[in-house]
Amino acid sequence: MSIAADANIAFPHRHLLGIEGLSRDQITALLDLSDEAAKLSRQIAKKRDDLRGRTLINLFFEASTRTQSSFELAGKRLGADVMNMSVGTSSVQKGETLIDTAVTLNAMRPDILVVRHHAAGAVELLSQKVDCSVINAGDGSHEHPTQALLDAVTIRRHKGQIEGLIVAICGDILHSRVARSNILLLNTLGARVRVVAPSTLLASGIERLGVEVYTSMWDGLEDADIVMMLRLQRERMTSSLVPSTREYFHFFGLDYDKLARAKPDALVMHPGPMNRGVEIDSNVADDPQSVIREQVEMGVAVRMAVLQALARHLPNQ
Amino acid sequence: MMAMQPYPPEQRSRTLALINARLLDPASRLDRPGGLLIRDGMIIDLGPHIAEGVLADAEIVDCGGHLLAPGLIDMMVFTGEPGHEHRETLATASRAAAAGGVTTIVCMPNTDPVIDDVALVDFILRRARDTALVNVHPMAAMTKGLLGEEMSEIGLLRDAGAIAFANGKASVANARVMRNVLAYAKDFGALIVHHLEDPTLSSDGVMNEGEVATRLGLRGIPSAAETIILERDIRLVELSGGRYHAGQISCRASLDIIRTAKLMGLPVTCGVSINHLTLNENDIGPYRTFFKMKPPLRSEDDRRAMVEGVSSGDIDVIVSAHDPRGAEGKRRPFAEAADGAVGLETMLGAALRLYHNGEVELTRLLQALTTNPARLLGLGSGRLAKGAPADLVLIDLDRPWVVEPEALRSKSKNTPFDAARLQGRALLTIVAGRLVYNYADSPGL
Repeated sequence: MSIAADANIAFPHRHLLGIEGLSRDQITALLDLSDEAAKLSRQIAKKRDDLRGRTLINLFFEASTRTQSSFELAGKRLGADVMNMSVGTSSVQKGETLIDTAVTLNAMRPDILVVRHHAAGAVELLSQKVDCSVINAGDGSHEHPTQALLDAVTIRRHKGQIEGLIVAICGDILHSRVARSNILLLNTLGARVRVVAPSTLLASGIERLGVEVYTSMWDGLEDADIVMMLRLQRERMTSSLVPSTREYFHFFGLDYDKLARAKPDALVMHPGPMNRGVEIDSNVADDPQSVIREQVEMGVAVRMAVLQALARHLPNQ
Repeated sequence: MMAMQPYPPEQRSRTLALINARLLDPASRLDRPGGLLIRDGMIIDLGPHIAEGVLADAEIVDCGGHLLAPGLIDMMVFTGEPGHEHRETLATASRAAAAGGVTTIVCMPNTDPVIDDVALVDFILRRARDTALVNVHPMAAMTKGLLGEEMSEIGLLRDAGAIAFANGKASVANARVMRNVLAYAKDFGALIVHHLEDPTLSSDGVMNEGEVATRLGLRGIPSAAETIILERDIRLVELSGGRYHAGQISCRASLDIIRTAKLMGLPVTCGVSINHLTLNENDIGPYRTFFKMKPPLRSEDDRRAMVEGVSSGDIDVIVSAHDPRGAEGKRRPFAEAADGAVGLETMLGAALRLYHNGEVELTRLLQALTTNPARLLGLGSGRLAKGAPADLVLIDLDRPWVVEPEALRSKSKNTPFDAARLQGRALLTIVAGRLVYNYADSPGL
């Protein structure tokens, strides 16, 4: 397939550890591949054989439903053997498990490791200890590159392009790897990125990442093309970051009143899983403006695209 | 045990003459060519008249015109003895010290068990006497178990040989306890050395707060976590008196606070680690855990402030903050990795960077490494003077060398100066008149 071949040339990396370090062309190549994969996924015959004979291991040190199943489906649609390993966080704390696990798995000669870990930088550390390709499926508050890619594909399918769009990322910026990856990707593709959050949930120095900072949803959503909501973890309530879910919803939850400030054709997005009534009004989440379910569909497509792009660089050739 | 001991006890009464040196005494600011005579572990004479032939029976060491200075005094060394001997023992720390020109180390009380009992102070002193190449003084815990709740037996511990009192790598959070410790220690003239970190503010932070931490997705520790405790402590010193030493400051705001306290005439001093003088948060790069430490490496502006503080004399002491950590602590994701870096062998070379860069004058630099810690700790060393202990280092200011972790004498190799090119190093280290390190025996290291 010619597009895949072009993408291989355009994507010279062995791992996908983050959006940082990817060029505009490399990102665009992945988005193009994702569009192809999305078409394939809507057919009856969804299978390709790019990864036939290859072994993909999902190594999740942190619980995940959609990311893990999405990688599993993507791997299977490309013909790989997929194994899921969920490592409880308790066993991680028992000592040298991360590197030990990496070395152990490496000895089983997998071709691709998809890794999620609760510590920033953990996936990169692991990638230094193995011979196979490593995909970051989320490391602490650092990066979640495939989420940013699937968001970009979804946006592009509706808006045609990313450049020049006003994107408001709203909510728990401080703890969000999704926000970091999206800021990097959207800036690389020329969007105007805003972050909207109470000061307690903004990361120090975030403005240096090239975003406009707002602490009011009404101001931050003004004329936005895209409203990207982030999940608010329940434990933020108990650590004096926000006083209550009802106050948070009042000021930062996306309801029709606040959404009215955005452009009439603005897209509503959410990486999931949603807290309805906390960061997003249930009706808004289900509104025709919402592309949240399409994001999930693009999740599989993007992960297929990433796997195809990395296929050229796999070990055991 | 002690491999290098060229002067066995029966010969120690023989006079040793170090000639053809550049004598630098930071205490008196003397800086002139000359020689120095040692007998019975003491400096008995020094000056331009000490030259070849001055004493017929003296053993002569030609210093080749290199710099002869008091041996370095390192006020903050973490060892693993007792409790974590696989990281470092007093013996291995002392070998590292000797190779780095350090003749006195003060070991911190956060061992396992914590040094909060007279018997444990005695243990350290005996182990040091039996195994260490350099002078070792234990600091004792200022609160029992370092828990910050109950004052330790400061009087008895001092009498047993505790040279000062610290709370390990944790601040005493309770202001009343801190006040009482300062007031009580004052009666004994004991020095309180405090770690500055408000635990409720630093919380789950693992590096300096700011853009770099945000990019890496790591929780930050704001400078205010340090300054809040420092400000509070200074108010308490104002209230209670007591000799107070901020063990390590790391940011410009802390320097300003120290300056103000000194202008007020309070008995307040402070130290800075060699790491915070020569490295900054950007060195962490892609999650390099050897650069994870407490306090965290700060911004370049903060680093420059630390250098200015040493240069102006507002920062009294430079420490290595030597903290050996094995792979089990460091080969981890950054947030989960242990804090600390070894530094005994690299402190001198790294500090000389500041001299070679023209950032700190040489005498001032050596004051912070010798005279000032000696004065704070009440030691007779840290100066070149008749009657002072013959704790000396001969320094080649210009000798270039590359730090090779595997060649370090410390049991742990967690140096942030891996492969760093340093200029200047110890050629000879002498403790109480005994040669404990000779570069010529191990060239290239």
